[in-house]
Amino acid sequence: MNQQELLDFVRGPGLQIAAAVFVLGMIYRMLHLILLGRKKNLAAPRGSEWGPGLRTMWHRSLLSVGLTPRGYFILIAGYVFHLGFLITLLFLGQHIDLLRSALGLGWPALPPGLITITAILTIAAMIALLVHRFTDPVKRLISDYQDYLAWALTILPLLSGIMLKQGIALDYQQMLIVHIVTVELLLIAIPYTKLVHIFTTFSARWYNGAISGYKGVEV
Amino acid sequence: MDHETLGYETLGECLAQQGISRRAFLKFCTAMATLMALPPGSAAAIAEALIKAKRPSVIWLSFQECTGCTESLTRSHTPTLESLIFDMISLDYHHTLQAASGYGAEKSREDAMQKFFGKYLLVVDGSVPVKDGGIYSTIAGRTNLDLLQEAAKGAAAIIAVGSCASFGGIPNAKPNPTGAVPVSELIKDKPIINISGCPPIPAVIAGVLAHYLTFGELPELDDLGRPKSFYGETIHDRCYRRPFYDQGKFAKSFDDEGARNGWCLFELGCKGPTTHNACATTKWNGGTSFPIESGHGCLGCSEPLFWDAGSFYTPLSAPTANIESIAAGSAVVGAGIAVALSVADRAKKRRAQQAHEKLTVKEL
Repeated sequence: MNQQELLDFVRGPGLQIAAAVFVLGMIYRMLHLILLGRKKNLAAPRGSEWGPGLRTMWHRSLLSVGLTPRGYFILIAGYVFHLGFLITLLFLGQHIDLLRSALGLGWPALPPGLITITAILTIAAMIALLVHRFTDPVKRLISDYQDYLAWALTILPLLSGIMLKQGIALDYQQMLIVHIVTVELLLIAIPYTKLVHIFTTFSARWYNGAISGYKGVEV
Repeated sequence: MDHETLGYETLGECLAQQGISRRAFLKFCTAMATLMALPPGSAAAIAEALIKAKRPSVIWLSFQECTGCTESLTRSHTPTLESLIFDMISLDYHHTLQAASGYGAEKSREDAMQKFFGKYLLVVDGSVPVKDGGIYSTIAGRTNLDLLQEAAKGAAAIIAVGSCASFGGIPNAKPNPTGAVPVSELIKDKPIINISGCPPIPAVIAGVLAHYLTFGELPELDDLGRPKSFYGETIHDRCYRRPFYDQGKFAKSFDDEGARNGWCLFELGCKGPTTHNACATTKWNGGTSFPIESGHGCLGCSEPLFWDAGSFYTPLSAPTANIESIAAGSAVVGAGIAVALSVADRAKKRRAQQAHEKLTVKEL
């Protein structure tokens, strides 16, 4: 298989396989979770579930105050990398071309220079968080292979994307193949690893708030 | 290989007979040296070598092709340069260009093959059909496959001109009804150089021949057998619209303001970033322009399988296959799995409830 054939494969059947595994995994896992249901709570409710649930979703998405310097570092680095990843994914012109082609939806792109800076900040934040994970004894103890796998699968598309954009190493065709493959690996891994949190984070926050609300705890 | 034993009269004698001035010839040599990325001083050395070089016998076989490659070469708008190719070689067989036809034409090919066995250059344009014994393209009652295998035996080297001969090209596109293959898939024991493109740039063909005559060997090739001096960089690397790509300024349609301002054609499907060729520097029609300069994206015609690489108008970052229907099908299967697992969960829960024995007062 020559380079052109490889590029055709990753842009065509490779992407179809990745999309199929991703969609199948997400639908099956999310729907299975919903259909599992919740055990009937026999205790009389002391408050509503919806209000506290939604409030918790909102509160836990805000920057908290009163943290230690280390706490702020984790929080800010976490925000930078999550938002940076989303901005890079959703506002680079070439990515919008892809989404328009696959979903029929498109929107204006941000200037590529701004995306490059965002991607560099995202990568820097991810590296800082990895160093922290290695150096902090508690963090290291509670980390398993999935945390490192998720980190690697997330940073690879960013690294290969910035190298493709800036023409660093390999030629455009080779780097485009590497970039698309890293994205496909990420897509395949999302439903079956901790990366599934991109879909469960907010429902989990709602559930935490709803439990408190049911017990009458103010949140 | 000793290039002075390749053919008959010298190129110098031939040029003198045709009244081509030394100035025009040196201009050609300088252009060739520049194209092949050789040092500026090498033009004189090329001229000296070429003037003494014996004109090699060239047999040109046209197989499954559209004659675009021959058209590209013969209708070049700079006849004083590229047409010199026909002074550099002794074209002993080319069924489109030669005056002879029928038996006489085939006889000239056979004579040249016999007389210059082991020394002639074999130029091939067009792919070779191999399905059903190669019956889909024949010349003088013989299959292309047969003709190629016979001519390759005595060739010093083979030059595959055009994307069809180099990579299979359009005849090789899905579903490839004739089983078309490139030359390199059939001939393994001869040096082969691929000059891909649909059609290839005429100056590249001339450059490769000039290199062969000057140095007696084929130029350095890339992993697809193409001369690095012409195919070493992508169209994108050398495109004058590249700054617009870097700034994120893209034409969205062929007649919008971006297109009128000459912005990058990436979003309109330009394959320049993945296409290796010299169009952006050598240009076409006597240096007039190249496709992107004329407002259309690069089709990627000098790359293998360019015809099957999705639409010419799909951006490189977009998928070439249908994602929606695959995703919809997967969603249905995923939902089915979830429902099946849920039914199994409920059955398990029911069994656990039924098996549950309540504690009685007596037991306490």
